[in-house]
Amino acid sequence: MAEVELRHVTKGYKDTTAVDDVSLAIKDREFVALLGPSGCGKTTTLRMLAGFIRPDAGQILIDGRGVTDLPPEHRPTAMVFQSYALWPHMTVADNIAFGLRLRRLPQAEVADRTARMLDVVGLPGVTKRYPSQLSGGQQQRVALARALVLGPKILLLDEPLSNLDAKLRVRMRDEIRRIQQELQITTVYVTHDQEEALTMADRIAVMNRGVLQQVGDALDIYDRPATAFVADFIGSSNLLTGTLRLAGARPVAQVGDARIPVEADGLADGAAVTVSARPEDMEVLREAAPDAFRLDDTRLVNFGAYKRLLGRHPAFGQLEARVPKAFRLGDEPVYLRFTRARAFAGDERPRG
Amino acid sequence: MAAQAPAMPAIRLSWWIDDPRMRRMLLRLFGGALAVFIGIPLLTLVLWSFAGEWFWPNLIPTQWSLRWWQEVLENPRVIDAMVLSFTIAPVVTFLTAVVAIPAGYAFARLDVPYRRTLLLLFLIPNAFPRIGLYVSLAVLYYQIGLIDTYWGVVFLHMIGTLVYMTWITTATFRSIDPHLEEAARDAGASPLRAFFSVVLPLALPGIIVASLFSFLASVDEAQGTLIVGTPHYITMPVLLYTLISSFQRPVAAVFSVLLALPSLLLLVVAQRYLHSEYVAAGLGRV
Repeated sequence: MAEVELRHVTKGYKDTTAVDDVSLAIKDREFVALLGPSGCGKTTTLRMLAGFIRPDAGQILIDGRGVTDLPPEHRPTAMVFQSYALWPHMTVADNIAFGLRLRRLPQAEVADRTARMLDVVGLPGVTKRYPSQLSGGQQQRVALARALVLGPKILLLDEPLSNLDAKLRVRMRDEIRRIQQELQITTVYVTHDQEEALTMADRIAVMNRGVLQQVGDALDIYDRPATAFVADFIGSSNLLTGTLRLAGARPVAQVGDARIPVEADGLADGAAVTVSARPEDMEVLREAAPDAFRLDDTRLVNFGAYKRLLGRHPAFGQLEARVPKAFRLGDEPVYLRFTRARAFAGDERPRG
Repeated sequence: MAAQAPAMPAIRLSWWIDDPRMRRMLLRLFGGALAVFIGIPLLTLVLWSFAGEWFWPNLIPTQWSLRWWQEVLENPRVIDAMVLSFTIAPVVTFLTAVVAIPAGYAFARLDVPYRRTLLLLFLIPNAFPRIGLYVSLAVLYYQIGLIDTYWGVVFLHMIGTLVYMTWITTATFRSIDPHLEEAARDAGASPLRAFFSVVLPLALPGIIVASLFSFLASVDEAQGTLIVGTPHYITMPVLLYTLISSFQRPVAAVFSVLLALPSLLLLVVAQRYLHSEYVAAGLGRV
């Protein structure tokens, strides 16, 4: 059993609020990703969980016990740092055994647990090497082993894959998830990479400017974003600003002269809204239709498995749609239809 | 429309710096000049110490002799001075380290208010003619009974060495990733334990360099020691001054070689720790 709870945690620096009244409950064995752009407060939140930063207000509980005032060495948490933070003057074995030796475990047990943990992270036989003699991916595994060997209740990872190349990142992603499942350890994972969050985490907590925007599983976050920021940050979205009109059969957003049918839960008529539509929710037509908008200056961007059609509309500005890889542009004009768009309160463009 | 700056034809006054061959040649020239500048006087010193007879315009002595070496090494005052110098320097270095290592750590890691001002404050003794400082220090020493004492000399040496050591250790500690320390805390180490297990071993090269500077500075110090240490605490450089003023050139040469030897020896031993960044820090680039 290892549950974590943040209660109204706030941390400010000189003139900014890094973490603003964040409350979050993490269940036993759950893998939660803290996702957001740099400076959104996700790392500060993680460091408060680890005990490196004291919150200005609020409480942190692990298994219902308050740990807010405990220093890191007295918390049942273990952290994997973005820079790995392996001690360069110690061998791999000494790095991993450091915490065990502090606990005055017998020599044989230290050696045994060190070797076993290297097996778990898939890196046997490097005990005598120094961190500088390992590749980035191997250092990453050692850092993970060093954190896990102490049997922490909570594993904290701070952008652990950001220093690896793309291929290795995908492999380590699956590896970390496998180890987490194997050891059944409650995990908090900080990342700015939505793909990491979507593929690894049971639940994702999206943060922006210190504020928790939405907590949910990958489907929730992607399909039912709670704010325009989430809609824009997860995946990509066409974002337009306009006014909500509820007079007709279904709600529409008035953007310039154009009207776009939208989903708008709980918003009032005449409200200023941000409309968001995913590129895959844009239908491409070859001929004019009453609810389709003509695109100018069209061009295609190839993503391998699919293509993106980019173009301009006089009222909406730049729009993009996802199209099959066989899609070609001809001489005839291209029209876009919004098949699904959501309206969010506020006409301020979300900023990172 | 964005205004584009008109393309200027690039005039490269520094072409001779950019050309790698030219640069290499300049470097060699400069290095050679430096070696000649430092090496020739040192070489002259060695020649003088073995000279039996050496008159102008001969480039090397016309007669060789160990007479001067014998004279110096048989002089009990010389032996006393050597012993004193090499008992003062380690104590100065040790005490300096005890003060400067925590101070450097504090400057590097903790949120010390007016950090830069305090660091600059350390430099004040170096900013003015030392002799004035020493004279006023001597007055103070008279009042508190430190004049002509072993500890009086030690404390005087520490005025200079504390500066080097604090600046170098500050730079050293700043170059160590704070996450390394946090990782130790995370693994269960107390702040003190994290310092001794992780930070100190990583800072050791910088601390060794700083200690080396302190040791050599102490062995070299003459002005202040002359003022507060006479007549009973005569270190090697103080004695050297006396010899020079009595115009025994070969004797002074022997003595200088003796004085330079430990420095050279230490430098050779410690050269693998002499990273330029630490030395630069010692020269005030923090």
